[in-house]
Amino acid sequence: MDGIHDLGGMAGFGKIEREQEEPVFHQAWQGRAFAINVLSIAVFEHYNTDAYRHAIERMNPRHYLQACYYERVLTGVATLLVEKGIVARQELQEGAGGEFPLASSAVANDEMPAPEPSAPFFQTGDTVFVKNVSVPGHTRVPRYCRGKTGTVLHVAPAFTFPDHNAHGRSYRKEPTYHVEFEAGNLWPEAGSRGESVVVDLWQSYLEPRK
Amino acid sequence: MSSQQNKNTASPAARTHALEESLRAKGLLPEGAIESVLEQVAHWRPQNGAHVVAKAWTDPAYRKRLFEDATAACAELGYEGPQGEYMVALENTPELHNVVVCTQCSCTAWPVLGLPPDWYKSPEYRARVAREPRPVLKEMGLELPTQVKIRVWDTTAETRYFVLPMRPAHTEGWSELQLREVVTREAMIGVAVL
Repeated sequence: MDGIHDLGGMAGFGKIEREQEEPVFHQAWQGRAFAINVLSIAVFEHYNTDAYRHAIERMNPRHYLQACYYERVLTGVATLLVEKGIVARQELQEGAGGEFPLASSAVANDEMPAPEPSAPFFQTGDTVFVKNVSVPGHTRVPRYCRGKTGTVLHVAPAFTFPDHNAHGRSYRKEPTYHVEFEAGNLWPEAGSRGESVVVDLWQSYLEPRK
Repeated sequence: MSSQQNKNTASPAARTHALEESLRAKGLLPEGAIESVLEQVAHWRPQNGAHVVAKAWTDPAYRKRLFEDATAACAELGYEGPQGEYMVALENTPELHNVVVCTQCSCTAWPVLGLPPDWYKSPEYRARVAREPRPVLKEMGLELPTQVKIRVWDTTAETRYFVLPMRPAHTEGWSELQLREVVTREAMIGVAVL
């Protein structure tokens, strides 16, 4: 989905604030929300990591930008546990003594074809083109590199294809590639100033180019 | 609007508590489960990455193994686990500077960097560093010579990156233990040099 989470290259954001001697968690609830998510994925297997990422992506953009990281985690976990019928929103709101905002519903990527067999199709040095596709559900192709041509720097292992896994459709793995894009190819103002961006992309996102 | 915050929205602390109590009432949250995760979190620390970096600076055979298979090289020192299933070390040189981001969420190599700091997870860093790395690094205190090429690594799939910074010249002759002390998380993300 073309959501608020896909922030790379978006203009208008200001200074990056850094805190000295920052604690891992600023408040106790943050660690507990993080732990409930880890347990839900790794121990109880209520959902997988891709579904979790997508639940956060489905948050209302206004809420997403206002929430701290761990509030986004909390909203993602609660959304999935409610959707799976493990807890009810009503009981959460009664327990919390107020509204419990959740993310909007998921729309699966019906048009995304099943991944090809998992043997690597590309090699280091190959020129590849990123398909210019916009899907309604989860994907890991940033908007800024869609329709762009890059060079494979490294063939990484096969991992579960997230566009399907997030929607519980298929757990098939396919190779991922570190693809380098010259900055001038991504950003109109960049020119040739000696910068590049490397994006880690699944095989199904790519097409060969000579 | 029910999907965003308003004056009737419970605090995140109250919402977390409600979720925890609801799961516990259903028998879905065993005693001590949250605490056991938090104990594990305490082992994911940037000091682990500093150990890896200092060893790579002082042990050429280890450095070679780190670039061949960072996941195995980190595991040799006991650093492995979730968000570290496939790690890659990025070598800074006088000609090339590497910087790591996750523009779409906040993926980080937990076993060697720890859970990431707030600035790394901020919309500001995620939106800006891929597009304007030089101004962002300068703003964060790192002004690179214009002839140094910058590679920004966006953590969009399952590889987890960390930077092997250049060893500071003034540390010649230092032991690995001394060297560990100078390695910062910022340098291993690539927003600082040492």
